[in-house]
Amino acid sequence: MAPTTCTISLTVNGHPHVAGVEPRRLLVDFLREDLGLVGTHIGCEHGVCGTCTVLLNGASIRSCITFAVQADGAEISTVEGLAHGAEMHPLQDEFSEKQGLQCGYCTPGMLMRACEILAENPDPTPAEVRSAIASNLCRCTGYQFITEAVIGAAARMRATKEVAS
Amino acid sequence: MKPPPFSYAAPTTLAEAVGLLTEHAEAEPRVLAGGQSLIPLMNFRLAKPGYLIDLRNVAGLSGIRREGDILVIGAMTRMSEVERSPEVAVAAPLLAEAVGLVAHTPIRNSGTIGGSLAHADPAAELPAVALASDADLVATGPAGTRRIAAAEFFSGPFSTALAPDEILTEIRLPLWPGGHAFVEFSRIHANFAVIGVAALIDLDGDRIGRAALAITGVAPTAIRATAAEGVLAGADATDVTAAAAEAAGATVAGLTPAGDLNASPQTRLALARTYLRRGIELATSRARNER
Repeated sequence: MAPTTCTISLTVNGHPHVAGVEPRRLLVDFLREDLGLVGTHIGCEHGVCGTCTVLLNGASIRSCITFAVQADGAEISTVEGLAHGAEMHPLQDEFSEKQGLQCGYCTPGMLMRACEILAENPDPTPAEVRSAIASNLCRCTGYQFITEAVIGAAARMRATKEVAS
Repeated sequence: MKPPPFSYAAPTTLAEAVGLLTEHAEAEPRVLAGGQSLIPLMNFRLAKPGYLIDLRNVAGLSGIRREGDILVIGAMTRMSEVERSPEVAVAAPLLAEAVGLVAHTPIRNSGTIGGSLAHADPAAELPAVALASDADLVATGPAGTRRIAAAEFFSGPFSTALAPDEILTEIRLPLWPGGHAFVEFSRIHANFAVIGVAALIDLDGDRIGRAALAITGVAPTAIRATAAEGVLAGADATDVTAAAAEAAGATVAGLTPAGDLNASPQTRLALARTYLRRGIELATSRARNER
């Protein structure tokens, strides 16, 4: 069968894109291969490890078990959209300071999942963070420093919000 | 791996979607809901549909509503929406509890109620909920729309009463007046359950009036634990410990589960006994507002 091409239009980190994709193009491959956004990693390719986690309309999804065509019309957020120029996102700062990464392979997915966790609950307990990041595998850190980084970022983000309001 | 090539359509009406299923029957088409079970199978190339009909643009397939004593959930409703719904928490707390046990949040953000039911994984939670709740599943095909009782729906591992040209559109859950519990054992948090139990207990004064129990992991599909239900009818609800153990034993005595990498038949029987008992005890105490 001759592969057909579908036209999709979507927003990635605030930038609109219109692209032709094969229906079987996975969203993670569209981001990495077609848009060159290689911050989103590919791990297991069957939805288990979570390193490909991105946000679709603000909700975390596995981009390795999502077709690009399913993201037609959606707003996608990836790790590349977290920092503002040289200014890191509080989560990125905290992951760095608290050593919330070693090899770094799981980090893009962890960061995007953490964004969703803190959007839903700006003041989670360590137990709540541990339970929530169980969706994402890390084989280096044992999760302790990741949990501490997320808690630290939550405090920073709450403080920033208070100053702003 | 990457999925094999396929043709794709995202129709906007149910009639169009059913028409595409019929029209492209030779391509062995599949319906795409959230894709959280189908796409991994395609990535592994265990499933090779020649045509995918994506329901995401079909109007009217998503949403939660009450019709008198029935809670109606559209097939394309995302699991996380069901999990957060105050209406589901009140009208179908068994479903709310079970959905929270389905994989992880990122999967539940995409995965749909209808997708899980139509996929009919024998380890999945939702078929047990549908069975215990005496739910009806509504399907539309070329000949029109029909309701299928949950008891008639699950025909084997990954197989259902849906015809190849039918699309599951909604699940209808009768409200249950009593207590509920969904309890399960999995080897790792949020992995597929080795054993899962859905329990509904209704009281008649201090006695159990009606019990509805379903269990996963002991047969090719989720099944009703009818022997246990029989033991529980009329049992003393103020101290259900002995009746729960007897009821669990009655069902386990009739089971011959297959073993696999997760658990031997003996382990499954032991877990079935324990989780049936726990489910009955928790649902009973909730019916009595004890916890």
